[in-house]
Amino acid sequence: MRLPDSIEKLRQRLFGDTVRTFAWTSLLLLILLAVAPAKHYFADWRVYQRGYQQLISKRSDAVTLRRHFEPGIQQIWLPEIGVVDRCTTCHTGLKEASLADVSKQPYRHHPDMPHKAEEFGCTVCHRGQGAATSVEDAHRATDAWDEPLLPAKYLESSCGQCHQQDLKGTPQLNLGRKMLTQYGCIHCHTVKRPDGTVVAATDDPPSLEHIADKTSREWIYAWLKDPQAYSTTATMPNFKLKDEDARDISAFLMASSTPGPDAGSKVVPAVLEQAKKLKGDATLQTKAASLYGQSFCASCHAVQNAAGNLVGGDIGPELTKVGSKVKPEWLQAWVRNPHQYDPGTAMPRYRFTEQEVGLLTGFLMNKADADLLANVHLDAATPEQIEHGKRLVSDSGCAACHEVNGVKRPENFAPELTKVGSKPVAQLAFAPGVKHTLYDYLDAKIKQPHAFGAGLKMPQYTFTATQVDALVNALLSHNERALAMPAAKTVPALPESHYEAAGSAGKLIRDLNCFSCHMINGRGGEMAPELTSEGSSVQRDWLAQFLRNPNTLRPALIRRMPKFNLTDAEINTLTDYIMTVYQSPKVDRDSMPLTGYPAGQVELGKQLYYSKYGCQGCHIIDTKQDKGYVGPSLTHVGSRLTAAWVYNWMKDPQALRAGTQEPKRDMSDDDARALTAYLMSLKGHDAMEAKK
Amino acid sequence: MKKPIACILTFLALAFSAGCARHDQNGFTALKPTAYGAAIVESSGGKQSAAVGTTLHDPLVVQVNDEQGAAVAGAPVMLQGPTGVQFEPVAGLTDSSGQFTSNVTLGVAPGRYQLVASTTTKAGKSVELKSEAIALGYQEMLGSRLNDQYCARCHNQDSTPERVSNYDNLAVNPHLFTEGDTLNKMSDADLASIIAHGGPALNKSPLMPPYGYTLSKSEMQALVGYIRVVADPPYGAPGIVYAQK
Ligand code: HEC
Repeated sequence: MRLPDSIEKLRQRLFGDTVRTFAWTSLLLLILLAVAPAKHYFADWRVYQRGYQQLISKRSDAVTLRRHFEPGIQQIWLPEIGVVDRCTTCHTGLKEASLADVSKQPYRHHPDMPHKAEEFGCTVCHRGQGAATSVEDAHRATDAWDEPLLPAKYLESSCGQCHQQDLKGTPQLNLGRKMLTQYGCIHCHTVKRPDGTVVAATDDPPSLEHIADKTSREWIYAWLKDPQAYSTTATMPNFKLKDEDARDISAFLMASSTPGPDAGSKVVPAVLEQAKKLKGDATLQTKAASLYGQSFCASCHAVQNAAGNLVGGDIGPELTKVGSKVKPEWLQAWVRNPHQYDPGTAMPRYRFTEQEVGLLTGFLMNKADADLLANVHLDAATPEQIEHGKRLVSDSGCAACHEVNGVKRPENFAPELTKVGSKPVAQLAFAPGVKHTLYDYLDAKIKQPHAFGAGLKMPQYTFTATQVDALVNALLSHNERALAMPAAKTVPALPESHYEAAGSAGKLIRDLNCFSCHMINGRGGEMAPELTSEGSSVQRDWLAQFLRNPNTLRPALIRRMPKFNLTDAEINTLTDYIMTVYQSPKVDRDSMPLTGYPAGQVELGKQLYYSKYGCQGCHIIDTKQDKGYVGPSLTHVGSRLTAAWVYNWMKDPQALRAGTQEPKRDMSDDDARALTAYLMSLKGHDAMEAKK
Repeated sequence: MKKPIACILTFLALAFSAGCARHDQNGFTALKPTAYGAAIVESSGGKQSAAVGTTLHDPLVVQVNDEQGAAVAGAPVMLQGPTGVQFEPVAGLTDSSGQFTSNVTLGVAPGRYQLVASTTTKAGKSVELKSEAIALGYQEMLGSRLNDQYCARCHNQDSTPERVSNYDNLAVNPHLFTEGDTLNKMSDADLASIIAHGGPALNKSPLMPPYGYTLSKSEMQALVGYIRVVADPPYGAPGIVYAQK
């Protein structure tokens, strides 16, 4: 091959003879040799360290800052947790509080944080490549890098690697974890914590074995097409089913449904009559509404008000359109005794009279939405449709959440997520347009699962941006690093409590589902006060009276303890059990008398109450003067609480009830005793007299 | 010899114009407005606070009005913020009620962020609206949670059926933590002291209870940090206000 003339001339000029060749090659070599020191001199970290020295030289505390500054590569080395972090080589001002006004990176002062950098390094929380000393390598290198720096909104996920319990400082992570257990994710995906325990679901998807007792095929169809159209708070995702598929699934569910236990036998025609009468009878309607109110159904069930806002609790399903869903025969049996249809339900068995059952049934049947099923017209199902429906039910994984006759619960229906937070990017199949990082993948997978390919089974949820971020946080916390963390550095999850109360009281407690709202020995809900130490805190007579006719202690609460209409014998059983079994080891109920405190001490207590401690800011004693709305009313406190409990509460409220808002004071024994004397003198007799 | 240079030049020119084109998509020219207004006002979503790097709970909603103050549909709106702030979408046309809605994701550094919404008038003049959002770092976030748990009932007038405010029930009314006019004058030490030892520590009412035995030192520090960051007018030193250059 002949080179073009011009280049041939150039070659002649440069390498024409030996001397020239030698000279030019030497020069080239020299330049090549100079690359190394130059690279060294211009290394990112040296540039930043020079910049830092310049920055601090102009500051008033330059001398101190210069003394703190250590030149050269810095490193935090923690072999125990696999950390080699050289981030402080460039992030030189990390610990200098006086640089709080510097916003230029990498010199910014690190905001306050719960751990020391020396203890955990940087990458345990921020990810990134700790050993790198160039900006690109340390932070992101390429989009397909396995350990890019975590965006700030996902930082809380790193706390979750060690902390398996909720933390005050990690609302996003807490929410994400709660959602994992609440929205059915873990019915399909197994998630194990580092200690090997399996994350358990807290939702309770209904069994579909007897669904034909409860509702119509038309409702099932409408629900399948769009669960949120029936209830905005429904946790079941929208599976975006085709009309035929929804038709066939509804056909199969109706066909496979078997009669529930005692179905039909408990239908009381008089009750149904009563319920029907409600439609045109305003007086009955008012009566039913007030019964619904008095029973505090709204403590657990929400209903949309005229303004479109949901009002009420979220323990039970929303009832705005329940009349379009359930059959009156089923509803009256449910209101009478929910345990019969669903032994595991959170709903208590109220002791309603038959007339009350009728009123409530009618009241709820009237909560219907005529539009919901107006456009649903289904012809009788063919055997092929039913067969197709069955295949869809088993393919879509319905049985991972619901019991369905004839379809087994699928094992490992979806991938396990125990290590999802460290899944290599190379192993992920990205949807078009999704950035190639793990967190963007997770975000997209939750937001638009169907973009990842037709036929994928992950359903479409309707979450807000905040909820998706929270979920991604929770998922990122389940990773290899969390699994490898030495046990001494971790805070394991509280073991799940399976506490059951014993004997006939235990049976009553299950029947009333006290655990749905009250925590006892680590098991139960958080809506109402914990009862683990109730026997040390209250007086027997008060408790019995309260169970007979609960009235709220907190004037501002809308969620209240319902009246269950218990018999005297039932009240006795419960009261005896609570007074003997639920005692605090910290309080000896009988160590202080309930009455008989000297008048002087009572008077002193009253002064302390109103002046020194300002208790009236939160509590009410004198209903004419005091207005405090935060704590419980104390008008009857001397008839309600034991003196020993009050005294111990004055000394250290958090020791008796963790997390209570009542601030702990540095109270002398004398003050505490005087306040106890005053509070115990408040028997509430005047108020009771006045009522009579 | 000339060809490669020409090649490189064309390439650079192309790359440059590609970069510009990208910019233009965010600008007004790509929007194809159908109407123009005279003023831009905030409808909702201003003055929110959220954790750094997260999306504000409620979107920012601005409205474009004409000279008479009537809403204008189809007018262009563009949002700008300091580095790190993201808008979804960053620009667009007002809807039929004259409003433009965008979700705002905050930057990674705690502090105040100035958000600027702008529209153009028929004459091609740009009119601006300045809004603000507060990004809470770890400490301020913790403070915000503690405030919800312990303080808000007395120090906040907002009342919901679930959480009735106790503010009006107090014989001496506390200040809202946003009242910078008063609280900015108190030193960090004074704030920490009244939180730890209660009102009497500063010769104030005992209705302000002491929290020194309930909360840890760092928790009380977090509360001070929170009070500082939500102050309005803003607390002077040493926080940083992030505004666009
Ligand atoms: C029971 C109601 C109540 C609670 C709960 C409460 N405070 Fe106060 N606080 C007050 C009252 C009343 C004052 C005003 C005292 C005065 O001006 O004499 C006050 C004053 C203050 C002040 C001084 C500035 C001012 O408003 O006058 C600060 C700071 C403060 N509180 C912080 C807190 C913090 C932080 C918490 C939560 C940990 C908290 N407070 C909880 C009632 C309360």
